[in-house]
This record gives sequence, C-alpha cells and structure tokens, in this order.
Amino acid sequence: MSPRAAWRLESLGFAQVYDYVAGKLDWMAAGLRTEGTNAAHPRAGDVSRKDVPTALLDERLGDVRERVRATGWDSVVAINNERVVLGLLRSKELDKDPELSIEQAMRSGPSTFRPYVAIKEMAEYLTKHMLESSPVTTSDGRLVGLLLQKDAVRVSGESDKQ
Amino acid sequence: MPAEVDRNQVQKLVEGGAQLVEVLPADEYEDHLPGAIGLPLRRLETEAVHVLDRTRPVIVYCWDAA
Repeated sequence: MSPRAAWRLESLGFAQVYDYVAGKLDWMAAGLRTEGTNAAHPRAGDVSRKDVPTALLDERLGDVRERVRATGWDSVVAINNERVVLGLLRSKELDKDPELSIEQAMRSGPSTFRPYVAIKEMAEYLTKHMLESSPVTTSDGRLVGLLLQKDAVRVSGESDKQ
Repeated sequence: MPAEVDRNQVQKLVEGGAQLVEVLPADEYEDHLPGAIGLPLRRLETEAVHVLDRTRPVIVYCWDAA
C-alpha cells in the first residue's frame, strides 16, 4: 500500500517522497512509542522487565548464578555481544552444575514475543502454557526485556478494570 | 522515484522536519507513529495537496511490506 501512496504523491508534485517499507510493524517490534487511542493499552514491551540479568555463552554458570541471585532474580537471558537472545535460564537451569558454561546449561531457542503484542494476549498465553516468563525481543532478535507471567496477569487485570 | 527508508532514517528525517503519513484505512490510525498524519490511500488523491506541504519531505508507511 505504501509504495502506491509514495508513487502517487510524486505524481501529485511532491518532490521528496520516502517509503518506510517495513512500516508500523517494524516500528512496534522495535519497542518504539506510538500514539492514538489504542496506544494507551499496555503491550508486552511496556510491561517486560528491562533490568533482567543477562549472560554471555562462555560465562561460568556458578559465577552467573551468584551474581543473579544476589540481585533477587531467578532467571537469566543468554545473549551474544549484539544482545541477540540465544537462550534462557530459569530456576531449574540455574541449579545445574556450577562448572557448566551458560551455553551448556541454558535452554536454547526459547519462544520470544514482539513488544507490540497486547498484554492481555500475553497473559493468556503464558498462563495457558504455564510459562513463568518469556523474553521480549525486537524483530531482529535483540532483547527488550523479560515478561513475567505474574506481571502480565496483573497488568491485564488492571487494564480490564479501566 | 520514491526512496525506501528504514526505521533509523525515518527518525532522522522526522527530526529534520519531514511529514509522516499513515496511509492505512482510518480505523487503523488508532495506533500510529508519533506525529503521523492519517491519510488513507483512497483519500490521498483529493486531500494530499491540502494537508501536506509540498516543499517538505514526506514519508509514507502502512503495516509492512506485504
């Protein structure tokens, strides 16, 4: 649709016309702000916790576990240097042999969600699949935050009351 | 020929004064990019010259490339 609009504008005498081909989905997937009546409804990216601990694949599990639990967390997202999500460690994985590397201990290829998914939908999905948390990423796989089921359910419930 | 731009270029162009236009049907405009004008494709022909400034860059977008 936007290519046709761009070409039409040129034919109407607009000299500098640009087409943002990736469009609104790309914008939302990057976790960027939107405006409008629907923009006030919370989405996965808004509610996800941006302070979730991260670890690189070659780190020692024992070191990461100590660092993570000292801050009150029980989950770690495994990322690379580009902040692309490669794995997830929840309580069960964190309790493995401390001599393992993060790569050896993590759950590979966790399901991830885009930031624009409605929080109500996320709450239902996480509850149905009994997931305590799930990473939220941009469309190119970079970590936005970790969405906790308890946060999704709470915010979804508050949103329903409004 | 209209130039294709990515997200970063959109932000820079808007900072520089470009006009951002969502060309989706009006009911999709309930969630739009900051500062975007809603001008559905079928209204473009009759309204563009009245609501847009021909001397400034214009960026159009819809949902995605599909």
